[in-house]
Amino acid sequence: MTSTEYIKPSDLSDLRHVMEEYKARATVIAGGTNLIPEMRNGERSPELFIDISDMTELSFIRENNGSIAIGAATTIAEVASSPVLLDSSPILASAAKQLGNPLTRNRATLGGNLANASPCADTAPPLLALDASVEILSPGGKTRQVPLSKFFHGYKFTDLVKGEILSGITFPKPNASTKGSHTKIGLRNAASICVASIAVILDMDGKTCRKARVAAGSVAPIPMRAYRVEKLLEGKEINATLLDECMAVLKEEISPISDIRGSLEYRSYVTAMILKRNIKRALK
Amino acid sequence: MKTYPVEINVNGEWRKAEVTAHDTLLDALRDSFGALEVKNGCAQGDCGACTVILNDKAVNACLTLALQANGKNVTTLKGVGTPDNPHPLQQSFVEHGAVQCGFCTPGMVVSAKALLDKNPEPTRNEIREGISGNLCRCTGYTKIVEAIENASLKREK
Amino acid sequence: MMEKRNVHYTVNGEFIERFVEPNALLINVLRDGLHLTGAKYCCGTGQCGGCTVLVNGEPILSCLTLAVAVDGANILTIEGVAEPDGTLDPIQEAFLDNAAIQCGYCTPGMVLMAKDLLNKNPSPSEDQIREHIKGNLCRCTGYHRIVQAIKMCRE
Repeated sequence: MTSTEYIKPSDLSDLRHVMEEYKARATVIAGGTNLIPEMRNGERSPELFIDISDMTELSFIRENNGSIAIGAATTIAEVASSPVLLDSSPILASAAKQLGNPLTRNRATLGGNLANASPCADTAPPLLALDASVEILSPGGKTRQVPLSKFFHGYKFTDLVKGEILSGITFPKPNASTKGSHTKIGLRNAASICVASIAVILDMDGKTCRKARVAAGSVAPIPMRAYRVEKLLEGKEINATLLDECMAVLKEEISPISDIRGSLEYRSYVTAMILKRNIKRALK
Repeated sequence: MKTYPVEINVNGEWRKAEVTAHDTLLDALRDSFGALEVKNGCAQGDCGACTVILNDKAVNACLTLALQANGKNVTTLKGVGTPDNPHPLQQSFVEHGAVQCGFCTPGMVVSAKALLDKNPEPTRNEIREGISGNLCRCTGYTKIVEAIENASLKREK
Repeated sequence: MMEKRNVHYTVNGEFIERFVEPNALLINVLRDGLHLTGAKYCCGTGQCGGCTVLVNGEPILSCLTLAVAVDGANILTIEGVAEPDGTLDPIQEAFLDNAAIQCGYCTPGMVLMAKDLLNKNPSPSEDQIREHIKGNLCRCTGYHRIVQAIKMCRE
């Protein structure tokens, strides 16, 4: 680590300018809660830090025109305790509350959790279920939107190219009748890397499911949507038989691995169980 | 090695140092400012031994670049209370046997202070959640939770 | 092959008769023969106190005691401290209330030593408490809470 450099852009336009100028050499740092451990174990050797941790223009949680918008540098602690999110999208606040521990939540950011793109990223399944999109600042003053469901390409590999920065996350504000539920399975009550997670969003027409969004974490190389489960649910009355079918289909859609935190068989079993549990809980 | 000037308010006193871009706040506090009460337990945000309050938030000093603390206030254990004027938390930790080897204690007390500042009368569950970023290998935590609970009831609001 | 000897004891109020090797240790007769596993085979050299039981009212290190040497004795192990209906002894309650138990391995020995102390000296000073449990090592608690628990049981 010789002569690493550090720049703290003063505002968004300064940030764009710096990203443009330094492109491939730039490593964006916000909370640093993934980046710094990776530096310590030799996985990454940043040449140039671009520090956005204090950028107020990227730190906000807003509701406008039926949409919720969250700045990329908003901390996980802020997401977990935001009245706007607790009211409109409690599954996101719930996932944020279970990320890391109180100390890391004070620094880790929503943008960082997504850009790091771990398959275990805690905030990804709820955001996928909420049909979120990410906003990306590109060189040349451009801005582009990418649905989160198209953002993750592979293990820790996203749609971002060098010189780009994830600046925000938006999703349509769920209406009052939308139901949701989320469960994270971990080995501990805190500081626990996700073993398996499910986020469910259901729009119901009486007993019939009009729209279903089901997302799973830690059971594939990327945080994923369970599209086949969603199709199975939509247009149907949800009953015990349908739930059993959904569990069977989910097991086919996910591709968990065995690692130190759990076996493939366990992950498969428990993800299906929490799918059933979350659909039932959402419908209560 | 390129260095940058940094100025950090440590327990009420502005301190200056020259740091590299990759020096952490933990490095600066211990090596530049002699704040050895901030412990290096794991250097990767798992143990909480390096907990400090940065402006108004409890954070891992090992996961914060020194430069990210530039111009900000840092409170360590020594800023929570002194031997002549201990904070109720510090008094309570001693009385309740919540200090065994003592290595987790600085971070634990700072986390507890941040918790009580935000939530002056936490339930036991809220206390456990509030210190869930601080590992202790000795006490089994019960004594620490009791110490914090006891300090919270004694607090002047 | 040594010829087994007949021994009998009253253990926690119950009359027991067994045939044991002459070199059998009391700790093993209690644990393996009688399934009273509260007394621990810990260091096996009499240094840690984990094997403490009361024999005729006196604390002894069962890992250093031949079973035949205490033939005919009245033995109290940790399993005999609570009432038959499960009601805990005040010392046991105090240990629970004071977070004096972490891994629990030293606890049976500690509780018996506390019982022994309070039988002999119902109101010991802190120094006397610490002196009395000097032969019982604890790797977890730092002793503070154990001493606090015993203090709580003073008259």
